[in-house]
This record gives sequence, C-alpha cells and structure tokens, in this order.
Amino acid sequence: MTQTMLFNRKHLLGLEELNREEIQLILDTAEPFKEISERQIKKVPVLRGKTIVNLFFEPSTRTLTSFEFAEKRLSADTINVNISQSSVVKGETLVDTARNLEAMRIDMVVIRHSSSGAPAFLAERIDSNVINAGDGWHEHPTQGLLDMLTLRDHFGKLKGLKVAIVGDVVHSRVARSDIWGLRKMGAKVGVCGPPTLIPGRIEELGVKVYPHIEDAIAEADAVNVLRIQLERMQSNTFPSLREYNNLFGVTSKRLEQAGRDVLILHPGPMNRGVEIDSDVADGLNQVILKQVTNGVAVRMAVLFLLAGGMPAAAAQAASMRDS
Amino acid sequence: MSSRENEKLVLDAAMMRRSIRRIAHEVLEQNQGTDRLLVVGIQTRGVNLAQRLAHCIEEIEGVKVPMGKLDITLYRDDLRHTPVQPVVRSTDLPSDITGLVVVLVDDVLFTGRTIRAALDALVDFGRPARIILAVLIDRGHRELPIRADFVCKNLPTSKNEEVVVKVIEVDGKDGVWIKPL
Repeated sequence: MTQTMLFNRKHLLGLEELNREEIQLILDTAEPFKEISERQIKKVPVLRGKTIVNLFFEPSTRTLTSFEFAEKRLSADTINVNISQSSVVKGETLVDTARNLEAMRIDMVVIRHSSSGAPAFLAERIDSNVINAGDGWHEHPTQGLLDMLTLRDHFGKLKGLKVAIVGDVVHSRVARSDIWGLRKMGAKVGVCGPPTLIPGRIEELGVKVYPHIEDAIAEADAVNVLRIQLERMQSNTFPSLREYNNLFGVTSKRLEQAGRDVLILHPGPMNRGVEIDSDVADGLNQVILKQVTNGVAVRMAVLFLLAGGMPAAAAQAASMRDS
Repeated sequence: MSSRENEKLVLDAAMMRRSIRRIAHEVLEQNQGTDRLLVVGIQTRGVNLAQRLAHCIEEIEGVKVPMGKLDITLYRDDLRHTPVQPVVRSTDLPSDITGLVVVLVDDVLFTGRTIRAALDALVDFGRPARIILAVLIDRGHRELPIRADFVCKNLPTSKNEEVVVKVIEVDGKDGVWIKPL
C-alpha cells in the first residue's frame, strides 16, 4: 500500500492556506464516504467517543444539518448550540462561550459566524479542532470543497475546467472559497454580476471579470449561481430584483444561447426567479441536489482527516502491517 | 529499507494459483455448491485474491458467484495510534447481506484485528447466515480469538519479520516473501 502524506492540520479555516495536494486528499477521501450514506445502517464507528459542538451564529439549513449528518454518521456525539437561546443573548463573548463548552471536554467545534476571521480567532484561543462553516464574507471552505467534488464527478477533472461564478460575489464567502480552491486545482475562474457586487481588484486573485452574463456563460463549462443576499445588503446595489433577473438572471434562454450543455450549480437557498429561473433550477443540467449529497461526504472526509492521524514527527516511522 | 538478499520467497505464482484453486474446491465442498455464496475481499489485496477465488469457483461449478469489496479502515481499533495516514478505499456490498454465506478473503492473517474490524463492518450490512474466512497466509501471533476456515499456507513467523504479499494486478507479480523488519 502506498503511503500517503499525513494530513497535518489541526483546523480547517479556509481554502486559501491549503495546497493542491491537501485539497486533492480531501476530495479523494470524500469518495469512499459517499457510499456510507447509501447504506441501510448509515454509520461507521470511526469517530466514536468524539464530541463535536456546532456553534452556528447565523441561520443555516443545509450546512448545519449536513455537518450534523456527517458527525452522526461517523458515530460522534454532536451538540447544536442554539445561539438565540444561549447566553450569547445575555452578552457572553465568543471565547467565553467556547471555553465554557471546552470545560465540558469537547473535541471539535464547527463554527459559523457573521464576522470574517471568527474561526481563526477562536482557533488561537481554544484547544479543540476548529472547522469554519462560513465566516462573514471570508470563506466557506466545505462549500468550496463540495463544489469541487461535484464538478470533478461530472467532468472527471478540475484542471483546465472553466467555471463562472455569477451573482453577489462581493458578499460571498462561497465565491471566495471556490476561487481559492479551483485556482489551486488548475481551473479557470470567471466572475459576473452587477459592478456594484463585484469586488474591486478581484482580478488579482487570477479571476476574469465578465461584465455581461452572456459572455460568462459562453465561455464556461459550469456556472455557480450565487444567491442575491437580501439580508446582507445595506444599500441598494441594483434597482430591483426584476432588473437583476433581466440583466444577470440565469435563464434557460441564456443557457440555450451557449449552444452546448453548461453545468449549473447553486449553493442554496435559491431565490427562484431572481438569480436563477425555476426551469433551470429543476432542469437537466443542474447538479444542485448532488451538491447537497456530496456535502455530507466532504464534511465526513474533513472531520475524519482532522480528527485522526498523528503529528508530523510520527510520520518518520516505517509503514506498519497489522492484520 | 531491507536489501533484497534478506527476502525469502515462500510462495511463488504457481503455488498461489494451485492453493487458491484448492480453497475454491474446499469452499464448494463445505457449502455443497454455490448457493447463497458472496465472496468479499478485504481492501486491498484481499480484493484481488477474492476475484481469483470467485473466478475459480465459476470455472469449477459453471456458476458466477457474486462478489463484494470491503474497506475496514473506518472500523480499525488503532486509528489514533498509527503514524501512517489511513487511506479509505471503496466498500461495495449488497445493501442487505442477510441470509448469505459470506466468504471473507484476505491476504495475511496475523493479529486478527483486521478480521475483527471486518466482522463489525459486515454485521452493519445485515445478518449473514455464515461468515467463513479464507486467507492466503496465516502467520500466527493472534491477539484476538479469530481463526481462518481455509488457509493457503501456514507460515510460522517471528514478530521481527514482515510478510510481503504481491499480486500481479497491483504489484506486477505474484508471490509471498518473508523478510526481517
């Protein structure tokens, strides 16, 4: 059996700091985990005895339940701290919250927070493994990973793939994680949206900016459609939802104009009729629900890789055969 | 890395072929045919050996026998203690193995911990009528009360030795060597 590199990280805070081999390892590890969710008994004992706390300071359907399924299917004990019913409401700080939980002996914290950098901040102050489930506008690494896994499943590779990210890019942690991950894996990334929603100097990340969605679609193998984040916008960055759909909506007409099949992804939840039309969302070229299924496998892989293995020093030992 | 001079060949390709064929006959004799048989190889080389066993059974009886693959990495008892990054490979089993006669196949039986893990994995897939174990090599030194039903070769070893199994599909040649650790 070939000896693979040890996954040495204690935390998963973002894709920016990962290298190509690490991303490849996570995606390769996610493959065999897919099958566990297809079994009758969807459980393996590998994380038995580990306690994982899900600390979600922002609402979530997909990410929270996906992590919970991943944790439970690996036999870990999971606790969801409901922030709105916790002492955070009384003013308890993030660090105090986490340290109090640690005093009850936990192993890992999965955190979603509205402040960019909150997971990194926490990781420096507590002993547990920290996994970023989305921080502010910064990164959403497991979403980036599941997007890449879904693309790889469909196209057989990531290198040379052309992916367009369309929508509210400036407020999107998903976009940033996708950009970091895809670029490291050798894909070409473009972004498209109203100029008010495209970050200035984003070209410095190696990304092409398309002012018009028709051009973005014309050159793309796959389009990742981002939600228009109504709750995040402080100011009017476009005149109306209808105008957004007119100019930037991913519609079947625009996809037909591409003259070939373009794969459609969406991180969810969808605003049907705004960034994406219903017939596209429910059509033949979308893999939106596959993304969700892959999300559980990717999160299982991340939990497995972070929880297991020994520090780098132990990697010196010769391979052992123990059967 | 040990030098090639210290390696001793204990089973060559022809011996492997003959003993796998003998096991195939023994399995068929014990089971009185292919009824309800499921041949399951343990990743990784157990899978290649299982394929050969299933192929032999098919040649002898003229009936194709279903096959499965099992990766036991997630059921190991030593994940927190091993320095090597565990690689999880694929598991491919019917969704319900209740009532089947599972022939578990592995290359080397040593401490028995891999087989213990394999049994834990299998019972999550249903309630087999029987599980029988066929191995290429039994090298002794059991740490758990586990035994093989069919063995191609019993190989007494010391704990300072390593048993190396190679199969054409993975390593480019067939054979079993013993060498000092």
